[in-house]
Amino acid sequence: MAEFLLELLSEEIPARMQARAADDLKRLVCDGLKAAGLSFADARAFATPRRLALVVDGLPAARADVSEEKRGPRIGAPDQAVQGFLKGAGLSSLDQAEKRDTGKGEFWFAVVTRKGGPTAAALPGIVDAALKALPWPKSMKWGSGTMTWVRPLQSVVALFDGRVLAGEVAPGGAMAPLPFGDTTRGHRVLSRGAIKVADFADYTAKLEAAHVVLDPAERRKIILEGAERLCAAAQVALKVDEGLLDEVAGLVEWPVPLIGTIDPAFMDVPPEVLVVSMKTHQRYFATARSDGQLANRFVVVANTVARDGGATIVDGNERVLRARLSDAKFFWDQDRKVRLEDRLPALKNVVFHAKLGTQAERVARIAKLAVEIAGHVPGADRGLVEQAALLCKADLATGMVGEFPELQGTIGRYYALSEELPAAVAEAIGDHYAPAGPNDRCPSGPVSIAVALADKLEALVSFWSIGEKPTGSRDPFALRRAALGVIRIVVENKLRLPLRRFFEAEDLLAFFAERLKVQMREKGVRHDVVDAVLALGGEDDLVRLLARVEALQSFLGGEAGRNLLTAYGRAANIVRAEEKKDKALAARLAGTPDAALLEQAEEKAVAAALADVERALKPALAAEDFSAAMAAFARLRPPIDAFFDKVTVNVTDKPELRLNRLKLLNQIRATMDSVADFSKIEG
Amino acid sequence: MSAPAKPTCFQELILTLQDYWAAQGCLILQPFDMEMGAGTFHTATTLRALGPKPWYAAYAQPCRRPGDGRYGENPMRLQHYYQFQAILKPSPPDILERYLGSLEAIGIDTGLHDIRFVEDDWESPTLGAWGLGWEVWCDGSEISQFTYFQQVGGIEVDVVAGEITYGLERLAMYLFDKRSIFELPYNRADSDVPLTYGDVFLQNEREQSAYNFEHADTDMLFRHFADAEKECQALVGKKLPLPAYEQCIRASHAFNLLDARGVISVTERQSFILRVRDLAKACCEAWLVTQKAPALSAAAGAA
Repeated sequence: MAEFLLELLSEEIPARMQARAADDLKRLVCDGLKAAGLSFADARAFATPRRLALVVDGLPAARADVSEEKRGPRIGAPDQAVQGFLKGAGLSSLDQAEKRDTGKGEFWFAVVTRKGGPTAAALPGIVDAALKALPWPKSMKWGSGTMTWVRPLQSVVALFDGRVLAGEVAPGGAMAPLPFGDTTRGHRVLSRGAIKVADFADYTAKLEAAHVVLDPAERRKIILEGAERLCAAAQVALKVDEGLLDEVAGLVEWPVPLIGTIDPAFMDVPPEVLVVSMKTHQRYFATARSDGQLANRFVVVANTVARDGGATIVDGNERVLRARLSDAKFFWDQDRKVRLEDRLPALKNVVFHAKLGTQAERVARIAKLAVEIAGHVPGADRGLVEQAALLCKADLATGMVGEFPELQGTIGRYYALSEELPAAVAEAIGDHYAPAGPNDRCPSGPVSIAVALADKLEALVSFWSIGEKPTGSRDPFALRRAALGVIRIVVENKLRLPLRRFFEAEDLLAFFAERLKVQMREKGVRHDVVDAVLALGGEDDLVRLLARVEALQSFLGGEAGRNLLTAYGRAANIVRAEEKKDKALAARLAGTPDAALLEQAEEKAVAAALADVERALKPALAAEDFSAAMAAFARLRPPIDAFFDKVTVNVTDKPELRLNRLKLLNQIRATMDSVADFSKIEG
Repeated sequence: MSAPAKPTCFQELILTLQDYWAAQGCLILQPFDMEMGAGTFHTATTLRALGPKPWYAAYAQPCRRPGDGRYGENPMRLQHYYQFQAILKPSPPDILERYLGSLEAIGIDTGLHDIRFVEDDWESPTLGAWGLGWEVWCDGSEISQFTYFQQVGGIEVDVVAGEITYGLERLAMYLFDKRSIFELPYNRADSDVPLTYGDVFLQNEREQSAYNFEHADTDMLFRHFADAEKECQALVGKKLPLPAYEQCIRASHAFNLLDARGVISVTERQSFILRVRDLAKACCEAWLVTQKAPALSAAAGAA
């Protein structure tokens, strides 16, 4: 059994693409191995900023001959198809193929034997195919070549069983090919010259000596442990950020965490600003004091071992941060000299969307909507809601949001607090973009709820009005997120909000229903249960809708529910079958059956049970107690079963009797459908 | 030859970069003599990036971004500043090593500093150009842009140029440890007349900001834009891509001034950008025709 080692050395690969590329390389090579009939024990892929590496263990030194059948065209197919088949199978004439009856006609078959041979002979082709197929999110040409890769490819290590494979990567054009070899390079700065490697163990050891940690998980660990050590010594706590850890591990081949200090002059700037400057702009880790507040230390991860122990690097990073934060502090001090209210005129100069006017016009619409919504939010003071809605976008005109656009809302909240506006107004300004995603917090204060809902509903209604509806792949104005935000705010706060009062478009309600389905599916709710409730139509109260879904799901989960569903199905099937035969029938089935025409005890029992259920149903539905409504249905089961055992519906000689019995069955259906459309339920 | 001393002032930074890239085989060109928003607009980059012919060049280019004017009051922002640009086509395999060499030359010791290549894709909507590359960080500070051109003037390149752009003022602030551009030493401290960047350019920033934001005659600029556009189209028709491209640069600068004056609405803005792009595209296409034809000497039989 032998080992295959592949390394693709390139210029710096974007951090966000590395993990995926390593996986893709592994998948493509493994698929190639399997297709070539080569078995292996294990494959592992790694990525650093400059290289993708793959090691496959347990490959055979050679593989056996593989016999493969190819089905060709039908006997008598046009010549073109026959020629294509012959070419594909590598045959010169049909004499070499055989006829075979597949049961669906006679077809040409070719039996192609692929010669086995040394594994080393198969590998170069597999590597070549994998390189061509590897799907980088963005790739480029370089030099005078025609090949594309994420950044210029520099060398290829391809070793099988310790020997260099015969092969090369041809960048095309006038460029020299990169022959497969056994040499790579170490760290860009800390290592000089070529490194010759023998196998994977040798490769990782020599890379390590050349200041490259191949395994991203290992780099992550070094960063985390190093950062925590530095923090412990500085008596602060590292704010662990998984996404940032992954990113930073993809920016360095030799991670060296260093700790720096934020100039205390900047510590009165809002912590969110400090964190964005550090994390988003500089990829630093923030730290916290023992009381949980942001500490004035940060961890930066260098990609080198500096002669002076990193003092220059820390100093440089502190300087960059100082420059960024002095901008922030300048804005923090200047912005607060102007009241949010006095910034409103500036929003007239900010275009929101060419067809939807300025931010000022949008704010006016949001405010109007927010006040209307406030009537449905218990405890929402209309005055405060209006004030918050009018001010919610004012921070877009501040210098701070100009510099830190990702802090819109958050900055408005700080400025509102420093103006000593009512706390609920400040919170609503800070909350109104939320929730920004499934994991974001959801506003819960009454004023916040009204403004956050208005912000999203306004966007939905406005973009709908100009025909900018999301399509399968395009949602440039994040309207799906807006709709999901509305759903979460309404549901999590149990708001009784009749959505239809705020828009006219029928398909917008359908859009909400669609989002709701997606959301519930993710929570494990059966899609047919959701469909059954949605099919009632016209429901725009999400809380009531969900209560129905929940009750129905739990009812169907029980024995009684499942049995009743069978009964419902039988009743509905008979009625539907008869309706199909006689188009005029449907109209005649409405209403209660004539009691005088009920002959058999079993049908009388069903009618009585139905009347019983309806009596129980009315107050239950009025009280929105859907569980009670479902429970009432359970009583229908025994009489319906007895009915189907004893009563013949389609009595051919007595049409009035038949019609009355169909009416009875129809009534079962209608009664149950008043809670959910049971016909949508799948067994 | 002993290694040259590291630069101590703004002008030595430019001289050092020129020397370094000259030694790498680059032509040292002079700035293009028209107002432009970035060094990329120089014909030595935009046009030379197209076509099959090899091209190594480097130059400093004054750049004007009227909207970035701050009347000299922001220590880190200018409406007139300098870029140093090196373009190597086709991009050589060791271009990053050469770039790192230029950092050593200007006094960034990689044994002390942390150099990173952070993903940054470049796009110029007005030039219809894009490329992939990085911003280069030194101890967390962006000191250069590095781009492999993939498309210029809406045309996919034949041969890829590697473009390196140094933002000179920012780099100098880093090298000379200054918090304000205006405090940068322009020449050596031991010169007969030592001057700072502010001594040379502060008044210019104040006056030009006032011009850009308050006094530029917008009717005239709209006329200039329209005239340049018309002239550019006419010249393209006459198969004169170089003068045509100058008119494109003129239109682009008129647009930047109008934009700074705040007289172009958001929707109009997009259409102006598209108009400039159409000009750039037409010039690039006309240029490419001249590049793919045999060179004059070759036509004379020297091929």
